[in-house]
Amino acid sequence: MEWETVIGLEVHAQLSTKSKIFSGAATAYGAEPNTQACAVDLGLPGVLPVLNKEAVRMAAKFGLAVGATVSKRSVFARKNYFYPDLPKGYQISQFELPVVAGGHLDIELDDGSVKRVGITRAHLEEDAGKSLHEDFHGMTGIDLNRAGTPLLEIVSEPDLRSAKEAVAYLKKLHSLVVYLEICDGNMQEGSFRCDANVSVRPKGQAKFGTRAEIKNVNSFRFVEKAIEYEVERQIALIESGGTVVQETRLYDADKGETRSMRSKEEANDYRYFPDPDLLPLEIDDSFIEAARATLPELPDAKKQRFTEQYGLSAYDAGVLSATREMADFYESVVKQVGGDPKLCANWVMGDFSGFLNKDSKELHEAPVNAAMLAGMLKRILDNTISGKIAKDVFEAMWNGEGDADAVIAKKGLKQITDTGAIEKIIDEVLAANPDSVAAYKGGKDKLFGFFVGQVMKASQGKANPAQLNELLKKKLSQ
Amino acid sequence: MHNKTIAELARGLKAREFSSEELTLAFLKRIEQLDGQLNSFITVTPEIALAQAIEADALLADDMGGPLTGVPIAHKDIFCTNGVRTSCASRMLDTFIAPYNATVVERWRAAGLVMLGKTNMDEFAMGSSNETSFYGPVKNPWDINAVPGGSSGGSAAAVAARLAPGATGTDTGGSIRQPAALCGITGIKPTYGRVSRYGMIAFASSLDQAGPMARTAEDCALLLSAMAGFDERDSTSVDQHVPDYTATLNNPIKGLRIGLPKEYFGEGLDPAVGKVIEEAINQYRKLGAEIVEISLPNTHLAVPTYYVVAPAECSSNLSRMDGVRFGHRCDKPKNLEDLYKRSRGEGFGTEVKRRIMIGTYALSAGYYDAYYLKAQQLRRLISDDFTNAFQQVDVIMGPASPTVAFNLGEKSDDPVAMYLADIYTIAVNLAGLPGMSVPAGFVGHRPVGLQIIGNYFDEARLLNVAHQYQLATDWHTQAPEAFK
Repeated sequence: MEWETVIGLEVHAQLSTKSKIFSGAATAYGAEPNTQACAVDLGLPGVLPVLNKEAVRMAAKFGLAVGATVSKRSVFARKNYFYPDLPKGYQISQFELPVVAGGHLDIELDDGSVKRVGITRAHLEEDAGKSLHEDFHGMTGIDLNRAGTPLLEIVSEPDLRSAKEAVAYLKKLHSLVVYLEICDGNMQEGSFRCDANVSVRPKGQAKFGTRAEIKNVNSFRFVEKAIEYEVERQIALIESGGTVVQETRLYDADKGETRSMRSKEEANDYRYFPDPDLLPLEIDDSFIEAARATLPELPDAKKQRFTEQYGLSAYDAGVLSATREMADFYESVVKQVGGDPKLCANWVMGDFSGFLNKDSKELHEAPVNAAMLAGMLKRILDNTISGKIAKDVFEAMWNGEGDADAVIAKKGLKQITDTGAIEKIIDEVLAANPDSVAAYKGGKDKLFGFFVGQVMKASQGKANPAQLNELLKKKLSQ
Repeated sequence: MHNKTIAELARGLKAREFSSEELTLAFLKRIEQLDGQLNSFITVTPEIALAQAIEADALLADDMGGPLTGVPIAHKDIFCTNGVRTSCASRMLDTFIAPYNATVVERWRAAGLVMLGKTNMDEFAMGSSNETSFYGPVKNPWDINAVPGGSSGGSAAAVAARLAPGATGTDTGGSIRQPAALCGITGIKPTYGRVSRYGMIAFASSLDQAGPMARTAEDCALLLSAMAGFDERDSTSVDQHVPDYTATLNNPIKGLRIGLPKEYFGEGLDPAVGKVIEEAINQYRKLGAEIVEISLPNTHLAVPTYYVVAPAECSSNLSRMDGVRFGHRCDKPKNLEDLYKRSRGEGFGTEVKRRIMIGTYALSAGYYDAYYLKAQQLRRLISDDFTNAFQQVDVIMGPASPTVAFNLGEKSDDPVAMYLADIYTIAVNLAGLPGMSVPAGFVGHRPVGLQIIGNYFDEARLLNVAHQYQLATDWHTQAPEAFK
């Protein structure tokens, strides 16, 4: 039988507010345990939550960016359950009336087609603390620094049909929240986390199969692997006569498998009810418009503009607009070079990105900034250096040897553009290789490349390639 | 000195007839000598009281004092007091030293009031007799065999017995008005949102409201002025101007329209209490008020509605008492579940557990619509009754409690009978309105309280109406024989 996979994703994006969603404590990552938890975060008797307006603004920005409705009225509710890192015994979340409802995100599939994925809702809630099971000899430590950190839970429609689509959606969403500057997107630190609801059904069947929820898969790669594993498990189970049960499963990255965490019967009854400590959240038009005014150019629009304004291919435009940081870097280079956006794109995507990868550096850590790269590209365009020499210049800049002009001067890499000088080298090369010249003239055209190489080598790579080609052709046809 | 009202004490302090230190020592001495009979205090804080009194005296010496500087008071043990045990009368918080001050505590402190200690109460404010306290019941100063009412029974008894001239109370379903009535003192529950709930340990968040308890309306006006107002730490507090409640006390009440809800004078009301209330109404008639019979047709729904809403909220509010970060933790927990079960099982008393269970049930999947949601709808009907009534009348009057103080132990085995003790006060909380209880006489030697209910944010009028009554009567000046 042919099976169809159905996936819906729930993403928790940590909002990058300075303070927590219901208290004034700082949200910075990595502080000593329990140093960033105030009385409110500790859930001490008598404390009350006060909503952080900035978190609401960020949620509104997200809603506008995915074409959703930013609700004029939404309600905070208590989700009740006991856990040691949940200080109040309930999480303040939104249940019936979320702040963002009904949006969508367009993803590009492998065949180049675009698929629209529905976003059911996005709601504000507080994060819990962390339970530390190591280092306490059979006991558990509780770190409440994270307790009360604002989260935007973004729930997709069950529109995704493969692990690949799920990853494409996740990457797109990740890029978007970082573009919007509402989330730092750091998956290692848990700023962007994902739960996947996965089910399978016979192809053509309208009714959904029973789903399993896979918890907290914290990298794009793991999401893909976890879903693939889960799909295979469910199909194998059904085909061998079994039935899928509704349950929560945990992905074990070491073993590459999912395993049952709790069944539906064991699930908590969260006893949601409106939080009486918080009035319904009312948002007026001016607040929404103010949020709209802070929206940056979004990835899709930027990609489109890059193809139109800079004449880039869809692929190049996509790569360069994938992150806001990369797009800004690229545009800064183009602006400083003052032309040839294609050359700029090749260098940003080529050597520059290559060196970043090689050194595992983030863009903002690169030793070559946009001005330095632009300075070097200008030297290519004014024929001071060839593209080939530029690769050496770039590496020297990367290694901290100064900007392009300094490297060119220090290493004597200035291109030879004097016709006489190039001719002299050509003559020497031809004189040293009479057999090859004879063979070329006898019809072995392929040897042309050999002569180019020899001349380039003799010029220590400094001969202007275009001039070299032209002069060499002339000489060989004599 | 202990028979003086707060207004009189403040005048005496200003005129240097006595110092705050002398006054404070006098009250501390009375507490030491007399509270053994009443058990109205859980914690007495003599060092803090004397330090604050000395500070107050310094201010008074420089003529820098405010209208209340140097007057001793007590706080219900539901308010967090920095560095002082804040137990909520529960074993669960017997060891809990609050690391911060409630807004109410902070504001009274800023007004120069001196804290004598923390008063006894029903555990987590759940009760109408002050018998659910982990620290034992409070006795009624008028009759040691009677309950003082609850949950602010310690504050009510302490004020009635002249162990403190005023105290804080909190009122979720009548917890200021009913003990004020049963102990023959004056107490006001302000409009929901008038006083900050920050630092006040939550019982039912949408109903809880703090207010002052004292012997006179004038004293309540002074204390409320120093307590009310917007607090950015409480999202449900209302950002509305706080008037000087003493400024309007002497306004004439001629032409005042008083509504008497027929539902408050029917079955269930002790006829002797009814008679006292009628006499009080007659007094108002003499003062020029116009009496209008009104109806609050959904009154009978108030108690059942309340006993869904309040337990539901408390079941969630009390979840933080889990033995993990503070409060009672069981000995040698075997695992997490054992830690929760035994810590909570040992830490909470019977009534608290009963309400947590009722509330948990009411919020459960499959029952939420039938109970919690339905209760919210009824709550709206109950509020609408009052909104309609206030189109015809300025204030509503009736008994604060259907009976005078009952005997200790009389209702402890019958929770429903106990719940009915709040039958006249609960609707006011559900609607979020302000309400008062004013001493109006006695049945035998047990006091009767007249309840006055006002429209939203009409505390000034309530206090004015109560003060005018107190100018014409002397019920509020009477002291229990053993505590004169």
